[in-house]
Amino acid sequence: MVEVGLTHFLVVSAFLFAFGLYAIITRKNAILVLMGVELVLNAANINFVAFSRYSNYGLNGQLMALFVIVLAAAEAAIALAIVLNIYKTFGHVNVDEIDNLKE
Amino acid sequence: MDFANLHLSLSNILPEISIAVFLMLVVGFDLIFHEDKKLIPYLALLGLIVTGFLVVRNMGITDSAFAVTSMNSGGMVAVDPFSNYFKLIIILASVIVIFFSMSSSEIKAIYKRSGEYYALMYGMILGMILMVSAVDLILIYLSVELLSLSSYVLAGFTKLRNRNSEASLKYIIYGSAASGMMLYGISVLYGLTGATNLFEINNILQTTQINIFTLSFSIILIFVGLGFKLSAVPFHFWTPDVYEGAPLPITAYLSVASKAAALALLIRFVHSTFVGYVDTNGFWDMISVFDWQTLLIVIALFTMTLGNLTALWQKNLKRLLAYSSIAHAGYLLLGLAVLSNAGMSAVMLYFLAYLIMNLGAFYVVMLVSNDNDKESIDDINGLGFSSPLLAVPLSIFLVSLAGIPPTFGFVAKLNLFAAVIDANLITAVIIALLNTVVSVYYYSRLLKHMYFNKIEDTVAAIKVSKTDTTIVLILAGLIIFFGIFFNNVIEFVKNSAQLL
Repeated sequence: MVEVGLTHFLVVSAFLFAFGLYAIITRKNAILVLMGVELVLNAANINFVAFSRYSNYGLNGQLMALFVIVLAAAEAAIALAIVLNIYKTFGHVNVDEIDNLKE
Repeated sequence: MDFANLHLSLSNILPEISIAVFLMLVVGFDLIFHEDKKLIPYLALLGLIVTGFLVVRNMGITDSAFAVTSMNSGGMVAVDPFSNYFKLIIILASVIVIFFSMSSSEIKAIYKRSGEYYALMYGMILGMILMVSAVDLILIYLSVELLSLSSYVLAGFTKLRNRNSEASLKYIIYGSAASGMMLYGISVLYGLTGATNLFEINNILQTTQINIFTLSFSIILIFVGLGFKLSAVPFHFWTPDVYEGAPLPITAYLSVASKAAALALLIRFVHSTFVGYVDTNGFWDMISVFDWQTLLIVIALFTMTLGNLTALWQKNLKRLLAYSSIAHAGYLLLGLAVLSNAGMSAVMLYFLAYLIMNLGAFYVVMLVSNDNDKESIDDINGLGFSSPLLAVPLSIFLVSLAGIPPTFGFVAKLNLFAAVIDANLITAVIIALLNTVVSVYYYSRLLKHMYFNKIEDTVAAIKVSKTDTTIVLILAGLIIFFGIFFNNVIEFVKNSAQLL
């Protein structure tokens, strides 16, 4: 039986980060892009908590994770309000088709 | 934890407290007197004046707030001449932008919601003045987000046209992705060093062996977040779209104040975390874990070249100024790339000049677009004959942006290039000079539109209130005044270039 250690958490968080970035880059629906952002934030959170738990680093990491959770909620609220506004204006939330502003 | 010096810490962060108090006052005032919104801008101005006074009172102090005495750490917030200088820059920009908002027709159209508008603006100010003084990764991330969240909303606040909503969406998608990457970088840096305080990280980098590859990865991720705010290439994609889509006062504000905060944060991050010691000539001796100079020079040169070349064929005034602001971010990064005290003070001087001339140029563009609701480059045709009181100041701002004497822009640019030459970065200076030549072309194209493109039917003069004319003339006067009598201001900036 392998003991779950710091490395396992770091691998999980690295995968979450990569999937989050992949979602941000490839998804067309604004909501799915924002879910990608949430994945990136949570990847960082896992890092903070894991480093704080498995190393002798004090509580700064866990404190940071709490702040990030609050900020992620605030950011999601604002982002969804903006997406709602986009839906009212354009009738869809497809990021690729919202491109009136260009050269 | 030792709370003995808590009252000292609190007195050190009085400017931040004052902004937070006035933020609540603006919200409360908006709720209580919801019939009369006329006084809210004046309340906002009063708050800025009080805060400015408190910053000036803190001017001589070099101290930190909320330090944990048992751990010999640098605390959360640094109160030093450097942060006070940037706080003054941010407050000055905010004052001008409030006057800006008071006469902008886009903001007048949302008169009923102006309480929220100024409250959000105060949220931005609070985020920015915390950013310029933060020395702890936690506070750095929190203040960057505080600035971002308010500005995402403000970019699409007016909802008058489709492009407002679009700007807001693009800003929040690019911005939250960039800040998420920055947060991941911070988490890796925390894992490598075990500290969140910049001075502690500096100490650990000097004494312990650290995996260079992982460290570089985390630094580049953190740089993504800051480079996004500075609109450095390759994180600049949002800039033209958001600048064009957002209401003009917010565009001007984003191009000056949030860049000031990001630049100050980048300087402090580089200086506090990676400088081993400062030698007698003022050059920073970097801890050899990461090659900041190469990264900054490459990014700076790409940024200014792309900004200047793309600005050449812009038809929209806001877009043109957006690309010009990208180019100026390149000059600022080049000054930082010198990694010396001289480079730092040159960057600070350049930013003061950039603030006055960029806000001035945006102010005139706003007054023109108030009148005919357009922002195309053809809308300033014949402006030199119809409203010389706007055209002459605009010409001064443009000449100063291009860096031609006798303007403040020239003095600042000369100072910056001199610092770069001192560090023997000759190739970089040559590329930057060529860039300046390119920029003269598109700035002078605007002059040509104003003075040589006559239109057949005589255009009516643009209606401008006396306050607006006075503000524009004062800004233009400052550009010329500092272009001739620059000794005192250079001296002031040199004295302010001291980090904790």
